[in-house]
Amino acid sequence: MPSALPPSRFPHRHLLGIEGLTAGEITHLMDRAESFVAQNQAADKKSGSLRGRTIINLFFESSTRTRTSFELAGKRLGGDVINMSVEYSAMKKGETLIDTAMTLNAMNPDVLCVRHPESGAVKLLSDKVNCAVVNAGDGTHEHPTQALLDALTIRRRKGRLQGLVVAICGDVLHSRVARSNIALLNTMGARVRVVAPRTLLPAAIERLGVAVFHDMRAGLADADIVMMLRLQNERMSGSFVPSVREYFHFFGLDYAKLAVAKADALIMHPGPMNRGVEIDSEVADDIDRSLIRQQVEMGVAVRMACLEVLAENLAGRNEAA
Amino acid sequence: MGPLALVNARLFDPTSGRDETGALLVVDGRIAAVGADAAARLPAEAERIDCRGHLLMPGLVDMRAQLREPGEEHLENLTTASQAAAGAGVTTIVCLPNTNPVIDDAAVVEFVRRRGRDIGLVRIHPYAAATKGLQGKELTEMGLLAEAGALGFTDGTRAIASAGVMRRALGYARTFDLLVLQHPEEPTLSHPGGMNEGEVATRLGLPGIPSVAETILVERDLRLVEVTGARYHAAHLSTAGAVAAVRAAKRQGLSVTCDTAPPYFALSETAVGDYRTFAKLSPPLRSDGDRRAVVEGIADGTIDAIASDHAPHDQDSKRLPFSSAAAGIVGLETLLPLTLELAHQGLVPLRRALDAVTGAPARILRLDCGRLAAGAPADLALVDLDRPWRIDVDAFRSKSKNSPFDGRPVQGKALMTVLGGRIVHRATD
Repeated sequence: MPSALPPSRFPHRHLLGIEGLTAGEITHLMDRAESFVAQNQAADKKSGSLRGRTIINLFFESSTRTRTSFELAGKRLGGDVINMSVEYSAMKKGETLIDTAMTLNAMNPDVLCVRHPESGAVKLLSDKVNCAVVNAGDGTHEHPTQALLDALTIRRRKGRLQGLVVAICGDVLHSRVARSNIALLNTMGARVRVVAPRTLLPAAIERLGVAVFHDMRAGLADADIVMMLRLQNERMSGSFVPSVREYFHFFGLDYAKLAVAKADALIMHPGPMNRGVEIDSEVADDIDRSLIRQQVEMGVAVRMACLEVLAENLAGRNEAA
Repeated sequence: MGPLALVNARLFDPTSGRDETGALLVVDGRIAAVGADAAARLPAEAERIDCRGHLLMPGLVDMRAQLREPGEEHLENLTTASQAAAGAGVTTIVCLPNTNPVIDDAAVVEFVRRRGRDIGLVRIHPYAAATKGLQGKELTEMGLLAEAGALGFTDGTRAIASAGVMRRALGYARTFDLLVLQHPEEPTLSHPGGMNEGEVATRLGLPGIPSVAETILVERDLRLVEVTGARYHAAHLSTAGAVAAVRAAKRQGLSVTCDTAPPYFALSETAVGDYRTFAKLSPPLRSDGDRRAVVEGIADGTIDAIASDHAPHDQDSKRLPFSSAAAGIVGLETLLPLTLELAHQGLVPLRRALDAVTGAPARILRLDCGRLAAGAPADLALVDLDRPWRIDVDAFRSKSKNSPFDGRPVQGKALMTVLGGRIVHRATD
């Protein structure tokens, strides 16, 4: 009976972004993910809550790491996972996207995990399908599972998010990771800073509730968490920053710059890293300070939680219907 | 080097407004005391120089010159430029990056600074290129170049033409609070012109450069300054339109400064006369109305500074049909007398005129020179304000002689130049 079902603690059909989620909903996803951490470390990593479910990883942009993480998450919950890579060509534009969505929809998948190089494309697709959609990264807009795994990683080490000073450093302009993290961390009561040259900050970024810095030593002062962003190769040689060596000199994370952060400050990076560009190898590999490996591990747990919660909502809807 | 006492001087400091008879004491290369009462407190061992009532002022700060080294030493080199500067009361020169190699690398910045120091007649600071190779596309390593000693960023005699590149340059410079200097001329409007667009050009059958080529680029840049908040400097204003645009921007509170060069207030397009290539400049000499607007701009402070815009060219580059000839004139040795013309003619108060070649450029560049104040470097010029003489290009120490001012009667001459407490020039006549 519909009335017998408890109201979902995540009352959304899709996970398209962090923007719009409440602190309770974010906490719910993190708590659920926490329950999978042990499972992922056990010898038998498989359970069955997605048994019979079909999950399609639909990637219009290549990504080995995120796709693998989603794939493992679906398989460890017993679901059937299909990977689809679609070569995206700007020439074909939205028609191909919607055609693809309609075709896949006809195969009755339960969850689509979609990555697309254009902001808003995942939302557009979600309007055309009957299944749940997880945004696995859309353009420079959102990457919600990354923000959730970052939050879980921080919470496991610091015990909380509330009140922490988090400095997000580097190419904020082109970063969906930054946008999702800013939204999540602000919702959870952290104090968020961005640190970058002005050419790598979008207009009015301060309106997103962050303190803006252009100097690493100022921006990292007393930080609890230093989150580095990847700088794409094509942006390193004069268009946005003049050169790798200049970028590393002023904005690359090394021990000298890290020294102004809190003594127990932790370092994060969404990967893949450019060693010697945004981060010094020594810092990246510091087992006491770097959370980069844990971020990858939490990624699987967070994606399991998202898939399971969305599948539960599908079940509720199906039974209600 | 012991203390140096300059006594019986008319102490003239445009920055503070000081204008009084007194003495100035130099200890360890810096000004230790200055004022009417300083004479009474001079140490006995100090070397004394009687200034005979002449004007003792800060050495000139020339915020834009092309010095041609490295790469084109047959036109000028840092030694000849230093000699020219010292003889003309100039103690600081900032040079453009349009050398070969271009000053877009920290090693070249260091080379120019070291050469300047070794020669030791004038302080030479380089600007670095704003874009790699002055190509107007990719930003240079502004942060590292500034750490190496670049005072600002400019593409020299080329405009940063692309609005997108200019916006990124301003934005990136703002990150480090650096100065961006523009050669304000919209290339799609100025090409292929050689002189001011108007009646004179039409009569001579020469393609013209409209004054809006300058106004449009200044106005565009000012809007970009508004969105980026960067420190911006427009070089060598030559048009009434650009002066008005900067005046309005300053009223609006934008962080903008500008300069002009003597030809733009001392000459007009009629100087081109019969295809005189020595009167070919970039930007071109303008109409008399523009010239008067430039004078007014200097007088009311809209135009902060006067720079020499020193551009050495040899005979081969000037003895050509007008359109093929190189643009630019030498200016180091005429900067002081032509600036003084403004005061002698009563167009600009003496303090404002001399501030434009001392304190104002030093403030724009954040240098601690350009003023007569205790603690400042003892970079000084002793000037006979009224001495009449005739500009004679053959007497120039500069290697190139391309000046349209040859034979011009002027008033005011540097009798002595002091750099960091050392006398680097003394007039023999």
